Amino acid sequence: MASHPPLPGSGVWNRRHVIDSASLTLDEVEEVLRTAKSFSHILSRPVKKIPTLRGKVVVNMFYENSTRTRTSFELAAQYLSADAINFSVSTSSVKKGESLIDTAETLAAMGTDAVVIRHASSGVCQQLVNYFGDRICVLNAGDGYHDHPTQGLLDLFSLKERLDDISGKKIVIVGDILHSRVARSNIHLLKLFGANVHLVAPSTLLPMQIEALGCTAHTNIEEALQDADVVMCLRMQMERQRAGLIPAMREYIRFYSITHERLQKFCKPDVLVMHPGPMNRGVEIASDVADNKEISLITNQVTSGVAIRMALLYLCLSTPAERSGLERFQADLNERMAAV
Amino acid sequence: MKTLLKGGRVINPATNLDAVMDVLIEDNLVSAIETNIPAERADDVIDLTSGHWVVPGLVDVHVHFRDPGNPDKETTLTGAAAAVAGGFTTVCVMPNTSPVIDSTPMVQYLFNAALPTGIQIFPIAAVTRGLEGEEMTPIGTLLQNGAVGFSDDGRPVASANMMRKALEYSKMFDVPIVCHAEDCTLCGNGVMHEGYYSTLLGLPGIPSVAESVMVARDIELARFTGGRVHFAHISSKESVALIRKAKAEGLDITAETTPHYLALTDACCQGYDPDFKMNGPLRAESDRQALIAAIEDGTIDVIATDHAPHTPDEKSMAFDCAPNGVVGLETSLGVMLTHFYHSGRLQPLDIIRLMSSRPAEIFKLKASGNLGVGQRADVTVIDPELAWTVEPAQFKSKSRNTPFNGQTLKGKAVYTFANGRCLFQQAEAPGKALASKV
Repeated sequence: MASHPPLPGSGVWNRRHVIDSASLTLDEVEEVLRTAKSFSHILSRPVKKIPTLRGKVVVNMFYENSTRTRTSFELAAQYLSADAINFSVSTSSVKKGESLIDTAETLAAMGTDAVVIRHASSGVCQQLVNYFGDRICVLNAGDGYHDHPTQGLLDLFSLKERLDDISGKKIVIVGDILHSRVARSNIHLLKLFGANVHLVAPSTLLPMQIEALGCTAHTNIEEALQDADVVMCLRMQMERQRAGLIPAMREYIRFYSITHERLQKFCKPDVLVMHPGPMNRGVEIASDVADNKEISLITNQVTSGVAIRMALLYLCLSTPAERSGLERFQADLNERMAAV
Repeated sequence: MKTLLKGGRVINPATNLDAVMDVLIEDNLVSAIETNIPAERADDVIDLTSGHWVVPGLVDVHVHFRDPGNPDKETTLTGAAAAVAGGFTTVCVMPNTSPVIDSTPMVQYLFNAALPTGIQIFPIAAVTRGLEGEEMTPIGTLLQNGAVGFSDDGRPVASANMMRKALEYSKMFDVPIVCHAEDCTLCGNGVMHEGYYSTLLGLPGIPSVAESVMVARDIELARFTGGRVHFAHISSKESVALIRKAKAEGLDITAETTPHYLALTDACCQGYDPDFKMNGPLRAESDRQALIAAIEDGTIDVIATDHAPHTPDEKSMAFDCAPNGVVGLETSLGVMLTHFYHSGRLQPLDIIRLMSSRPAEIFKLKASGNLGVGQRADVTVIDPELAWTVEPAQFKSKSRNTPFNGQTLKGKAVYTFANGRCLFQQAEAPGKALASKV
């Protein structure tokens, strides 16, 4: 119990929303990571519940299919004792033509404290914040190809758990960068901590001027993987072949799949491999890589995801004043820990 | 009814006139332009000696009034009200209405709709029936009924062969084909300029080459057929380079760009506000600079707004779902004066040429673009120093989708006379209200 890290105080966090990764400062991200660290201990306890957000209501608005992210947010809210409601496309009035703003207005009128949004259109979270201001807390769970800040943060958290300091590390993101909000989020956040971010993809899947975001782009996998410390795979979708962006999945696998041979031949010996899931085994990542607990951080990423989302819900749904008066919270936690 | 515009700076590019003079409007005609017209000759005298400009009524050859078919966005009446508030007395409306302007009755419908507005509204009729790109419209007949140009604006003439035929056929009548330069296969599902900001924002991009590849094609078709091509709303530096070269080679082509391409860039899309979404898209700063240079060296002939009204509901959708287009009639002059006159880049004569005499010349609008004795009295009075803030709620247009919301502009039309009638007067205008006498 004594080893338990101190809980976050009022700190630097003043946001009501998390809608992108690019605008997060180093101090803010460190606060999120510290907060997540303290929450991560709860996940390994038999009673995974603290009363921090009791009485708060979190609505998951998922306009795109997602099992993991939605479940992760839902559990994060529940572990903090918030009430979590899922609102998905098939059960909503979206199909009746109600606009996103009308839907959010309705939810706000019902007393919702936070909405977690996954949407196929880039920028909808920004638009909601433009419209609602601080009336409702908006958390981006992935918008179009724009950003997926909780994924970027959980990737960072997982990496720092293993490597502590990532500055100067060569981190290679492999795959469909053009359509990837995960890649954009990671580029911003990894750079903040001084990592050397490299991208590798067929040129048709590299967006224009991507290097202006502060990374190095490659089309040759061998060159990209040379002395890599970390390899992040992205999901490769069949529809890219249908859209004429790659000639055939078979060819993509030949040139870009992350296999043991490739890792051994080019990367550092202690290379780590990550994947945001869901994986296409045998496409962007070989099964023996994904399942090798020595090098794969994939299950750690999932666990980190819950802690990160707890941290963001907590930070956005409490005021700095509430967080600075944390004695009660700390006592609560200690009491729970003692009971275990 | 005689109105004397006293002591303003009279700027008429058609005669290269730029001098302080008096202008007498008598009924529907300009009856005198002289250095000292006695006040007794007029019923009303408007004192413009504090630096106002007196110019031929402005001409916008590229607007969408959504009539017929979409009165929620705009009507001919509200569009015309927006026009005169912006200093325009002549506009050309694009044919992508519902139904499409592709037949004699539709052209006649537009002239009837225009009558009560008091301004000159000319149809640009469709090149192909229903804008389908397959069968040519009766270009000769539509021309005789008053159409002044032909375009499938909103979409390109995708078939090079159809464009060839249209150019060959329209050449007989010496009328321009207005080319909306876009290769839709290159645009794909793009919603903004493809470049740094589309990458940053994760929005699908529209590459510059989607425009320039079509500009290149139509330049070659103009060369081959000898037909007249007018390029609508040019947005990219590559297109500018192609047009400059083709003009140097002596081809009969003309081009327009819009105030928003000259004042704004793709960086404006950062807040995902669909009021910055149009097609072609706002492009990079290097494109904006190339367009400014093209204005200065005459590669671009015309400023047109591509005034494209959409309802607030439509424009409050997600960026990728919202319709393309912005309104422009009420901000065009202010943007041009702010960016080109007050910056010292262009002389007043050049700006008025771009916005009045040159477009009138290209589309052969005989009663527009020339402030001369005996001419129809389409006259705009401009206060070039008037600073004002763009407030969409104050627009005469039915729609509010401006990318200049909240910007402070310097320079505005303060009186707009159309056929001798004062159809617009700015509150800050000098002299007494004339509207009551209309």
